[in-house]
Amino acid sequence: MNLQLIAPEISLLVTAVVVILLDLFVQRKSLLAVVSLAGLAVAFGFTCYLWGGDAQTTFANMLISDKFALFFKLLFPVMAGLVVLASTDYVSKFKEFQGEYYALVLLSTIGMMLIAAAADLITIFVALELISISFYALVGFLKDAKSSEASLKYLLLGAIASAILLYGMAFVFGFTGKTQLGDISQAIQHLGLTGASAAPGLMLGLVLLIVGFGFKIAAFPFQMWVPDVYEGAPTPITAFLSVASKAAGFAVILRIFYSAFLFPSWLSQDWGMIFAVLAAIGMTVGNIVAIPQTNIKRMLAYSSIAQAGYLILGIATMGLAPAMIHSGQSSVLFFLAGYAVTNLGAFIAVIALSNKVGSDRISDYDGMGKRAPMISLALTLCLISLTGIPPTAGFMAKFYIFSSAVQHDLLWLVFIAVLNSVISAYYYLRVVKVMWFNEPKFEGKVDSSFALRLALGLSCAGVIILGVLPNYGIKLAEMAAKMFGF
Amino acid sequence: MNFNNTVLSLIIFLPMMGALIIACISNSRAKLIKYVAALFTLIPLILGVIVFIKFDRSAAMAGVMQFDANLSWIPLIKAYYHVGLDGISMPLFLLMDLLGFLVVLISWKIDLRPREYFAWLLLLEASILGVFASLDILLFFIFWEIEVIPMFFLISIWGAGRKEYSALKYVLYTLFGSAMMLAGILCLYFTTGSLSMVDIMHNGIGSYVSVVPTALMFFLLIGGFAVKLPVFPFHTWLPDAHTDAPTAVSVVLAGALLKMGGYGMIRICVSFFPAVARQYAPLFIALAVVNIIYGAAVTLKQTDIKRLIAYSSVSHMGFVLLGIFALTQVSMVGATMQMVSHGLITGLLFATAGLVMHNTHERDIAKLGGLARQIPMITVIFTIAGLGAMGVPGTSGFIAEFMTFLGSFQSNVLFHGSTLFAHVFTVIAILGILMGAGYILWLLQRVFYGPPQDKFNGVHDADKLERVYSAIFIILIFTIGLDPSILTNIIKTGISPIIHLIGG
Repeated sequence: MNLQLIAPEISLLVTAVVVILLDLFVQRKSLLAVVSLAGLAVAFGFTCYLWGGDAQTTFANMLISDKFALFFKLLFPVMAGLVVLASTDYVSKFKEFQGEYYALVLLSTIGMMLIAAAADLITIFVALELISISFYALVGFLKDAKSSEASLKYLLLGAIASAILLYGMAFVFGFTGKTQLGDISQAIQHLGLTGASAAPGLMLGLVLLIVGFGFKIAAFPFQMWVPDVYEGAPTPITAFLSVASKAAGFAVILRIFYSAFLFPSWLSQDWGMIFAVLAAIGMTVGNIVAIPQTNIKRMLAYSSIAQAGYLILGIATMGLAPAMIHSGQSSVLFFLAGYAVTNLGAFIAVIALSNKVGSDRISDYDGMGKRAPMISLALTLCLISLTGIPPTAGFMAKFYIFSSAVQHDLLWLVFIAVLNSVISAYYYLRVVKVMWFNEPKFEGKVDSSFALRLALGLSCAGVIILGVLPNYGIKLAEMAAKMFGF
Repeated sequence: MNFNNTVLSLIIFLPMMGALIIACISNSRAKLIKYVAALFTLIPLILGVIVFIKFDRSAAMAGVMQFDANLSWIPLIKAYYHVGLDGISMPLFLLMDLLGFLVVLISWKIDLRPREYFAWLLLLEASILGVFASLDILLFFIFWEIEVIPMFFLISIWGAGRKEYSALKYVLYTLFGSAMMLAGILCLYFTTGSLSMVDIMHNGIGSYVSVVPTALMFFLLIGGFAVKLPVFPFHTWLPDAHTDAPTAVSVVLAGALLKMGGYGMIRICVSFFPAVARQYAPLFIALAVVNIIYGAAVTLKQTDIKRLIAYSSVSHMGFVLLGIFALTQVSMVGATMQMVSHGLITGLLFATAGLVMHNTHERDIAKLGGLARQIPMITVIFTIAGLGAMGVPGTSGFIAEFMTFLGSFQSNVLFHGSTLFAHVFTVIAILGILMGAGYILWLLQRVFYGPPQDKFNGVHDADKLERVYSAIFIILIFTIGLDPSILTNIIKTGISPIIHLIGG
């Protein structure tokens, strides 16, 4: 048992406990945010330290610390840090329980870091529940009708998804007798199956797994919870949900399907095709339904369904062309990083604007370009990045993910994806239009706190840097993809 | 680090820097903003002229990229920051450089949110310059896409009429085209494993194992260019965008933006896929003739002065398409000439039409009339530009169209085994010139001649600044018209290697 390998998680756990205890004694609650940020920074530092080492397993092969896991362990604290920064203003909306709020954010971050490192179905499930249960509570934090409804909806549907996932895992276990991902892969290959019809139980298990994870990553057709939950939840949590929870889902999908179900090749062809169809439908539905939305959080919810579609395209690529798997994987990783800064930036801008305007309706953003020029500019940049127009992270991410798909002869899917980018331009640019071209309904500047502006500035810097000089990010993603533990 | 390999980057990024500086100046200091904008477009123009003078026109330099800079940018996907100019891009690059400065002068009277306006305008200039200078396909695409954002803002804030509708229409059409182009670029990248335009052209697409049929790649790529040029039936964004855009943006749009389409066709479609281009040339020649005749016919019935000029652009871009796909040296040089010449002539037409609209507050041709007495200077300028658009000898329009037709008549593009096709279509296309004379003369007559109207008494004529920039346009139109060799010598060095590939 090598505790050093989970030092980042341990440091976060300690921070979470400290935050809860501190909450009892201190009056200035902003201190809690500072402590949380410090804890996240420590976790980030530990991960950087571990990056240099080789892949190692611990806890009897239940956790693994390889570059892939470390990539996510770098990503999650950054996301959580931006969310904490963006929350400092927002938490005044719930006077009590601020300590619990930060602690839950930290706990879900631990879950995400664990899930990226999980190498066993059991750890995967436990980590997933840690994330989910933290989020069930966080979504309901506003305690008003919408927030409570969202929380309950998320809890019920999430529980069903977890049950389905567990059912799928049970099938896989029943078929192979193993829970460790590497063992599952070997067991399947030993069986010498020749096609899907020879292994209906395994296929059923796989499909159930896809359904369960599909819920977590908000893939069509398991996305029905997304708009309501995104709308009802506190906006920083919506941001966290749309970025980090989704990234965690993709981390585990990449891990499971790569480590356990890659061989024999008919198997990966089969799930690759399932993902390809999900990608095509998901992005189309997400983009088209986003068009008539009038609430910006709902619009971003549908947009995140569409973005999940692009990401699933990367996974489909992986399954359909296992020979060149690394480019598929690294493109998903890079997309996740680009999507993270972009979507976080968009949500932070929404927090900044909505805080003062007191509404999430797109029509209330009239003339924001005059009332809050810097925030509007940042939101514009993020929306341009979500559309995928250079020189932003969104363009590079799309270019990279589409290029790996073309490389694998998935031209039809890329075609649907690029057409979808055009559709998405319509509703993203509509928000831009409202902000810059309409006359403001009210006078007066919209100001924002330093923490918010800092978070927004960092996200936008990320968007530009990954867009103009993506080399470093791509390199990191490629390293992570190649250095799978198994 | 010497002049030759930094000058292009300087020219491209100076306007971008100017945009950043302007973004930091307060809106209330409009004068300062305008001077900064003028400075940051004038320096690139001077540098551009130096590049033009130093450009090696000898036949030995045919197909060689000059003033090029090649830096590693994203090594993992073999993307380079590679800029350089050859005979095709040089004139267009200089054209944009020039227009970039002139549109700042044309916009001198803008008072609405000048900070944002000039920042976007300079960013627009930088991105178009980048398109013409890029020799890496990814870089090319990035500049190509950046241009959309300033256009969106410029049309929808400073435009007129249904400006927001037109801006969004423009963006969606362009993105639709570039979506296809992106798919084409990706196919190209995985076929060739390279993003370098020079390498791909040099090696020829035939030397690679293609992941998809080369014809599919060709059509994906040309999709983006056809929307931009525009080719019938993808042209419907153009009249709307032109009609509702502010004057200076119309000038850039007609002057340089459309040329990105023609340039892309020559640089990428024809150069990379000579065999496919030859095979499908009859289709594009037919489309070109539709562009010319249909565009001219629709122009005749326009009642809005800017919309009329916009449709005339559709017709004129048909000549470019015809010249390119006739696939002869003379016709392709003619097409490139036409791009430059149209940039100057239509740029001037839009600038002057903007003056008429601005000074009379009227854009409906039926309500205008008899202005020659009240605003003689504008009348003279507009008439000269109009003569250029008609292709009167002595103007650049004449020589460009003449070369295009001369080349396309000799075209050896085969359709069912005979060259008759090209002859017939060239003859039909020449009718477009007649129709052009019709709509220009009729426009002049309706707007400037006839009995003067009292309501236009006291309308201002062109002021000093407006006379200066009009004079620059006019001098260039006549210089090229009287001594076309200053351009044809250069363009030939760019076209001849392509002709060699096509074997025409």
